[in-house]
Amino acid sequence: MAKKVSTAQVKHIANLANIPITTREQQELAAAFSETLAVVDNLLKIDIKNIEPTHQVNDLENVLREDKVDEERMFSQEEALANAARTHEGYFVVPRVIDEN
Amino acid sequence: MKNTHDYRLICGMEIHAELKTKSKMFCGCKNDPFHAPAPNTYTCPVCLGMPGGTPVANKTAVDWTIKLGLALGCKINLFSKFDRKNYFYPDLPKGYQISQYDIPFCVDGVVQTSEGPVRIRRIHLEEDTGKLLHTTVAGEKVTLIDFNRSGVPLIEIVTEPDIRTPSQAKEYGRKLRQIIRYLDIADADMEQGGMRLEANISLAPAKADELPKYKVEVKNINSFRFVEQAITYEMKRHAEILSGGGTPEQETRGWNPNTGKTFSQRAKEEAEDYRYFPDPDLPPIRLKKQALQRLKAELPELPDMIVSRWHTTYQVEPRFGELLNTTREQASWIDEIFLAAAKEGISANSLASAIVNRKIKTQVGDKPKDVLATYYAAFATEKIDASELDRAIEKVFAANPDAVAKYKAGDQKVIGFFIGQVIREIGRKADANEVRQALIAALK
Ligand SMILES: [Zn+2]
Repeated sequence: MAKKVSTAQVKHIANLANIPITTREQQELAAAFSETLAVVDNLLKIDIKNIEPTHQVNDLENVLREDKVDEERMFSQEEALANAARTHEGYFVVPRVIDEN
Repeated sequence: MKNTHDYRLICGMEIHAELKTKSKMFCGCKNDPFHAPAPNTYTCPVCLGMPGGTPVANKTAVDWTIKLGLALGCKINLFSKFDRKNYFYPDLPKGYQISQYDIPFCVDGVVQTSEGPVRIRRIHLEEDTGKLLHTTVAGEKVTLIDFNRSGVPLIEIVTEPDIRTPSQAKEYGRKLRQIIRYLDIADADMEQGGMRLEANISLAPAKADELPKYKVEVKNINSFRFVEQAITYEMKRHAEILSGGGTPEQETRGWNPNTGKTFSQRAKEEAEDYRYFPDPDLPPIRLKKQALQRLKAELPELPDMIVSRWHTTYQVEPRFGELLNTTREQASWIDEIFLAAAKEGISANSLASAIVNRKIKTQVGDKPKDVLATYYAAFATEKIDASELDRAIEKVFAANPDAVAKYKAGDQKVIGFFIGQVIREIGRKADANEVRQALIAALK
């Protein structure tokens, strides 16, 4: 039995991702999310009583690296900032995120 | 007017510390944010969150986290994994922080303090964020971002709410930092932000079992003294609100060392909703028992163990021992001195007392023979002839019949008075212990 996703929930999710959406988009997405959940709900029909939970599907474990600095892959400051919309004295610049009094 | 005595403190702490690995947690960038020559010079596609960048976990960081867990008596999860903590904030460019959610590396440990044990709930490994600078550029309010720190391995140590006083919080923090430094896994420099403190504070009625229904977090405290002051301040503030029939607001606060007050930080408009899920880029980690054994074998002798060894081997009182093991260097230096003292028949406890109370001037690294020579010069006693000692004792007894009667009636404390009098009578540096023995024999 699929749950309906409300426009309030869509708004909440959009806020968390900092994506502005219109009222119309909220309604469209609510319907789309509900549909997605209904599809996923098909999984509930499967009997998983004897199946171990998994955190990963590629069967890999213990992929670790030695603690070594890899200068080859490191960017210069210019490279690091190359795609930034705005920079200032070597920093990335974004609109002020908190208003300090 | 009610005061804090009507309430008891319920407090837990969360402490973050940056590990001092050579490279970052999930990429090969240099891990040295405090000494970087300029902002954004230690970055790569992984720690800048570029599409296609694939994180790979730093083995040393994993080992060190487990070592800390072992040092704190934690259970180690043989199966563990990394999760994505999703939030939108420019201190991490990916839109999430790689952390550990439901299966941290270490759980259920303990740190002993003089005011009781503080249980450790969990220790997990995550990545640090970039550094934000809130400023104004060309008249516009902006935030500047430096990603040199982004992706630096960060451990978070979370306690149970076992802390009962502000001073215990300070002691817990100090002990934890001491252990971390003994393990040599982090510099834990508070001023630079290499170690950051957070206290969760609430008050419960002193006489009831009920637990508080609220909790106030004071975040980003950068000194142990400040954590003590912040908790003291909060206790007063909560007691006032509670005694007026109210409940302190559940919120995050900051500490202003200049005003000596906490202040409210942005009230959360929405409940935290991090939508954790296992990071598909990072396969889980399964530890072998042998690996755990190896890490255990690598643990150095820890501060508490040193104090009790000094106590058993050299009869050094723990109150001195605890002040002489602040660093591993100091402890091994003191070890050499105690060994040398034992060979010369000098009481290690008297020597420890002299060093702690600065009766003799020493510093870490001084040669043991020089320290002993200084000690001799300051505390050398002359051998007093037994008959001279007896004569002095008789004289003191004759002059103080009341004190003799008191002693015989069971007042042992007067022995100290006698020792002083006898040494004065002799007029030279007599050994107080020898005098004491002679006095006890004479008073039988
Ligand atoms: Zn990197």
